[in-house]
Amino acid sequence: MTQKNQYKLNVNGQTVEVTAEPRELLIYTLREQLNITGPHIGCETSHCGACTVTIDGKSVKSCTMFVAQAEGKEITTIEGLGGPDALHPLQEAFKEHHGLQCGYCTPGMITRASKLLEEIPNPTEEEIRFGMAGNICRCTGYQNIVKSIKAAAAEINAAKEAAQ
Amino acid sequence: MIPASFEYHRPNDMAGVLSILEEHGDDARVMAGGHSLIPMMKLRMADVPHLIDLQDVGGLGGITVGDTITIGAMVTQSDIILHDALADAAPILREASLQIADPQVRYMGTVGGNVANGDPGNDMPGLMQCLDATFTVVGPNGERKIPARDFYEAAYMTGREDDEVMTAVSFAKPAGGHAYEKQKRKIGDYATAAAAVQIVKNGGTCASASIAMTNLSDTPVYSAAAGDALVGTSVDGDAIKAAVGAMLNDIDPVEDNRGPVAFKRHVAGVILARAIERAWSRA
Repeated sequence: MTQKNQYKLNVNGQTVEVTAEPRELLIYTLREQLNITGPHIGCETSHCGACTVTIDGKSVKSCTMFVAQAEGKEITTIEGLGGPDALHPLQEAFKEHHGLQCGYCTPGMITRASKLLEEIPNPTEEEIRFGMAGNICRCTGYQNIVKSIKAAAAEINAAKEAAQ
Repeated sequence: MIPASFEYHRPNDMAGVLSILEEHGDDARVMAGGHSLIPMMKLRMADVPHLIDLQDVGGLGGITVGDTITIGAMVTQSDIILHDALADAAPILREASLQIADPQVRYMGTVGGNVANGDPGNDMPGLMQCLDATFTVVGPNGERKIPARDFYEAAYMTGREDDEVMTAVSFAKPAGGHAYEKQKRKIGDYATAAAAVQIVKNGGTCASASIAMTNLSDTPVYSAAAGDALVGTSVDGDAIKAAVGAMLNDIDPVEDNRGPVAFKRHVAGVILARAIERAWSRA
């Protein structure tokens, strides 16, 4: 029963193949097999959102999905959004507006926020708080997280307008 | 948190699902979004030697809106929230779905899983009883329909046989005003108490009312007496008090980390009164 299988995933634009038991939770595949350590393990019980990734256009808590379920899926982690050389507008905004203190929840926050801004490009504060309700920050920095997401939305929208 | 080992199956049609269920009997379970089952497997409170993932099974993801509304078992709460025609025809579904869990969970959580699981904390079972919905299950002997109001026997015990799979819920397009009111400790929590209400108004009088409660017994509670208490009244303070009193006779909450019995009964009354007032104002 502890047989391992091959699973093919597309992570941040690259097709990868992993060998794992089907029961392996996706967050462990990402962190320990693929060395993609942006998504964090916070509560590991589907509450905190630190492990949030985007799978086929949905924000998903990767502690609540088996690697077997993710086979054939397109997965985006914080690493796929931007990096030190080219920050995503959300990463830039979190940095500028003090949207993080310890930073542990931040990858999940930003990954979730990126999807929220796709669905609601110009959200109100209420829409941001409701749309981010699956992500918990224990430094209680919510005010600045909301501010950062608003700023990033403005930045993304301005860039879109300029491009037209 | 590592669940016990299992063999993973991802059949691409219902025949495949049913044959795996037949082969492995009690050792096999189907999984829709997995957001009830996977946490239980991680806690090792559910042992599933053969896990059947329904994600590739076709025909379970549709929403049909007409005089009868049909929602496939694999439709997610997020799908419901985003479906404008459904929200026009049966707005209580969007209102309730927005109060389930959090955004990430709503992308995965399905109608079928929510109603089939039999967890008294789930919101859809009470909602479906309020709407007098019918559940469709399919098994080795074909398709069978079960009224939502007859489906729930005890916690996690339902009218679905182990070799059957929930495929859809359907109900007549609801008339009148609606409300789904839920008290919870925090976002993502199950209800301390929740109420689903549909009320039809004729002139200034209540013509019919349907009321069901969530997480106040080991099953959802459809309270015919609570609805009856409103019919023929102008839904004033006395009528609402009578409906709340009737509902309190039908629920049977137990003490847990959401509070003692007296508190739950108090909250149930407050929540139902609010739900009736809001539904009436929309009727």
